[in-house]
Amino acid sequence: MRSMLWGLPVRGWQDRLRPNFWDVVAFPLLFGLLTMIVVGAGGMTKPFDLGVQQAISLDPLNLPYYALRTVLRMFIALGVSFAFTLIYAAAAAKSRMAEKILIPILDILQSIPILSFLTITVTGWIALFPGSLLGPECAAIFAIFTSQAWNMTFSLYQSLRTVPLDLQEAARMYHVGPWGRFWRLELPHAMPNLIWNMMMSVSGGWFFVVASEAFTVDGHDIALPGVGSYIAAAMAQRNLTAVGYAVAIMLVVILGYDQLLFRPLISWSRKFRSEMEPGLESDRPWFLTMLQKAGLARAFLMGFRATGRGWDQTVGRTAYLALKMVGSGLSTPMDRPRKTPRWVERGYNALLSIIALYVTYRLGAVVASQLELSEVERVFLLGLVTAVRVLVLIALATIIWVPIGVWVGLRPALTARVQPIVQFMAAFPNNLFFPVAVVLILRFHANTEIWLSPLMILGTQWYILFNVIAGAASLPRDFQYVAQNLGVSRWVWWRRLIIPAIFPAYITGALTAAGGSWNAAIVSEWVKWGPDTLTATGIGAYIHVASDQGDTARLILGTAVLCIYVILLNRLLWRRLYNYAAERMRLDDV
Amino acid sequence: MTDAGTLIEVDHLFKTYPVAEKGDRLVLDDLNFRLAPGEIVAVLGKSGSGKSTFLRIIAGLSEPSQGEVRYQGKPVTGPVRGAGMVFQSFALFPWLTVLGNVELGLEALNVPRDERRKRAEAAIDLIGLDGFKSAYPKELSGGMRQRVGFARALVINPDVLLLDEPFSALDVLTAETLRGDLVDLWRDRKIPTKSILMVSHNIEESVEMADRILIFSSDPGRIRAEIRVPLPRPRDWNSPGFRNIVDQVYTLLTTLPGGAAGKRARGEPGVEGQEFSMRIPDAPTQQLSALIDTLMEDRYRGRADLPDLAEYQNLQLDDLFVLLDGMQLLGFAHVGGGDVELTPAGKNFSNAEMDQRKKIFGEHLLGNVPLAAHIQKILKERPNHRAPASRFLTELEDHMSEEDANDTLERIINWCRYAELFAYDYDTETFRLEDDSEDA
Repeated sequence: MRSMLWGLPVRGWQDRLRPNFWDVVAFPLLFGLLTMIVVGAGGMTKPFDLGVQQAISLDPLNLPYYALRTVLRMFIALGVSFAFTLIYAAAAAKSRMAEKILIPILDILQSIPILSFLTITVTGWIALFPGSLLGPECAAIFAIFTSQAWNMTFSLYQSLRTVPLDLQEAARMYHVGPWGRFWRLELPHAMPNLIWNMMMSVSGGWFFVVASEAFTVDGHDIALPGVGSYIAAAMAQRNLTAVGYAVAIMLVVILGYDQLLFRPLISWSRKFRSEMEPGLESDRPWFLTMLQKAGLARAFLMGFRATGRGWDQTVGRTAYLALKMVGSGLSTPMDRPRKTPRWVERGYNALLSIIALYVTYRLGAVVASQLELSEVERVFLLGLVTAVRVLVLIALATIIWVPIGVWVGLRPALTARVQPIVQFMAAFPNNLFFPVAVVLILRFHANTEIWLSPLMILGTQWYILFNVIAGAASLPRDFQYVAQNLGVSRWVWWRRLIIPAIFPAYITGALTAAGGSWNAAIVSEWVKWGPDTLTATGIGAYIHVASDQGDTARLILGTAVLCIYVILLNRLLWRRLYNYAAERMRLDDV
Repeated sequence: MTDAGTLIEVDHLFKTYPVAEKGDRLVLDDLNFRLAPGEIVAVLGKSGSGKSTFLRIIAGLSEPSQGEVRYQGKPVTGPVRGAGMVFQSFALFPWLTVLGNVELGLEALNVPRDERRKRAEAAIDLIGLDGFKSAYPKELSGGMRQRVGFARALVINPDVLLLDEPFSALDVLTAETLRGDLVDLWRDRKIPTKSILMVSHNIEESVEMADRILIFSSDPGRIRAEIRVPLPRPRDWNSPGFRNIVDQVYTLLTTLPGGAAGKRARGEPGVEGQEFSMRIPDAPTQQLSALIDTLMEDRYRGRADLPDLAEYQNLQLDDLFVLLDGMQLLGFAHVGGGDVELTPAGKNFSNAEMDQRKKIFGEHLLGNVPLAAHIQKILKERPNHRAPASRFLTELEDHMSEEDANDTLERIINWCRYAELFAYDYDTETFRLEDDSEDA
């Protein structure tokens, strides 16, 4: 249609810049975006002093501004995560020495609860920007960053190591330098997975952005303007109507994120795949269509690209020359790994071990100087309680969602409608629903040990459903025909066909859900509603209390123990199941 | 030493790959080669003859272990400038359009933007891709994709084209057209390319295109023979001269010594630890039986001309040779002089029923493949008649790379399962004697 605009054939790039229908939509959106960034950023540098109460008004008219601040925080964190990912993953993938230390560190970072990052680092951030709101802002952004960065980094690292050999050779044969190879070959190759993980991280991140806006440092409450602190204030004042407003505005925000970012980016990233995926060729998101068709947006993008090119040529070459001078591992061709002398490797290993021992010793000393050994035992028991809770909840979610997921997944039309809703639910910060649960618990005098638990899985259960649907949907039709043809019983159908078929996808979902639930434990085992405090026994509550009281020793102990549990469960349970599923139950090499 | 005008010179080239403890594995053994201006040279060999490695070393993508490679008189130390390479898998960047892919080679040469665009478009037109400029590779058919591969190589005006089995991923018709187009462009001097070096595993394709054919033997790769193809172009596949050369190539390829099977066939004394160093051809039992049956048909009556057999069964050279190696190793056939002939055992096998076939197969397996006999011996010695796969893998890895060891074991498992010599349990990775009680 566009090629015959106004009855004239449209050719050449100048013509493509003519205004068209999509510009009508694009213009206000682009300028609205710019204005929002300016307004939001202005608020972040306001003066601030610890101990001075930040007023959060429950007037719903303030909510759009609060939402803007929340969103801005999220995207600053996303940008930082992206930059971090590029550097960290590239270093780990290109240098064996770096890899040896970077990857285990990442593995541990991944299992540290996000809210512990917040409380451990906040005093540092406040000291860094004295008298400015930027300190607590940075702490919150850092917490959100930690909820996104590890996942993205792992994804990029893995992709960088699986760049097809023939493409590497082609790039070398046509003299694309290391710098060019990274941007032209390695990063594009990684793009689909990176974008997917990025969007998944942002989805998970909404929970933490809400949770990290209102927190306590050394007994002083800090509230950063945002939806999260709005809801905290609403809970403190027992105002259910305000909670409702917050839920409503968050719905709008997530919907915007879903439509303007999630869907367009995922769809766009498909262009980096080498083959068409017939099943996935869904409707093109309207926002992507707009960006690709609107002349204004196009002009914007072209300017962006031109800048990029200039940057690539000046900065890129400088950086490349610098790297060349340093003689970094970046320029080592893949097929001749440089051999490091044995003694260098040994010395390096020894150095790493010494550092690790020293850090363990110092942290241990802090904990030991203030706490009894019995406390350590108690914390391990608390961890066990939470572990049981997590596993029971995963089991419950499995029983509920697997049959439903399979039922949906086997119906393609239904899947196409349900999957976006599930993705939406996974992104929605479920902590907004906590007040509702609390009110119910108080009304019925329910047992908090039991009834606070579901909050842990409220947001993460969707990963199970989402993956089960995807797993069932990818089951080849032929398998079902075979089952029908043989007239197998319901039981055999489940045991021999469906369960093995969805197992790999289910494990991915359950693993994600379990990880999320550990994090959620910190906010869901200890909930305040006005003057009432509801607690459940567990390591989440322990960490929450320690962090509110500024009790560093307990905070470190709790976090460390929680990490140990998460890592152990990952190693002993999830990773084994995952490997088993990956090897035995793949459908693609039958 | 350097001849004027010679494009590529290779002197005493060796390439080894490190293998576990027992030292290195020799892949290329003392290769000497010259590429003169105005010729097309094809390199033919069975899979595993190192012909692809040879091309990669010339291209500067891989380092020789010993010896020297010079491109236009200068020693090759990295990817060669002025040579265009075309890959079997096309190796196109999926996120770049046809134009973007073609421009890639010029970008690295710092050609200004406008000129880049102009030259890329010219190359695209030349190779017949006009109209596909803005398409992404995934939108194109295999033949069109490889045309992009050629355009990308030609746009840099290469003196030499290095082709790594460029037609083998294409269907027969597409390959034929593309081959014809390339030779025409080169003969009519529409491209500045002086010479072409092509690795191939298709005999007819090589005879059609090349002025010279180098025949590699495998394990280790050596240049065993060189055949000149003096036929005028365009060449007719059915002309007597063409068929004659094809026959010659087959004869050379089948009389080459190479690999353990060849040594055994010639009755050379067994090397110590031979049961572990012998490579087992990747010949599926179903295809082996089918080929033996074909040879018993009236058309052949136990003896077949290889080019004819390959065409009749529509077999690629590599597939055919793997099957021939398998048949020879098991003592079911003799290969030589471009022909294959069934042995009496092979004829017996063909006449037998299913159960009898398995029995014959098993006997020949134990008699001719020391590794199979070794595994059986171990299993018999053990009280529970079981042994873990890792036990044999470790032994194999003393003699070959980990990957080869895995392949060898996998192939022996397949053969032995067919012969019902012993069973292998995938889950526990253990062998056990077949006559043991069978549990579901």
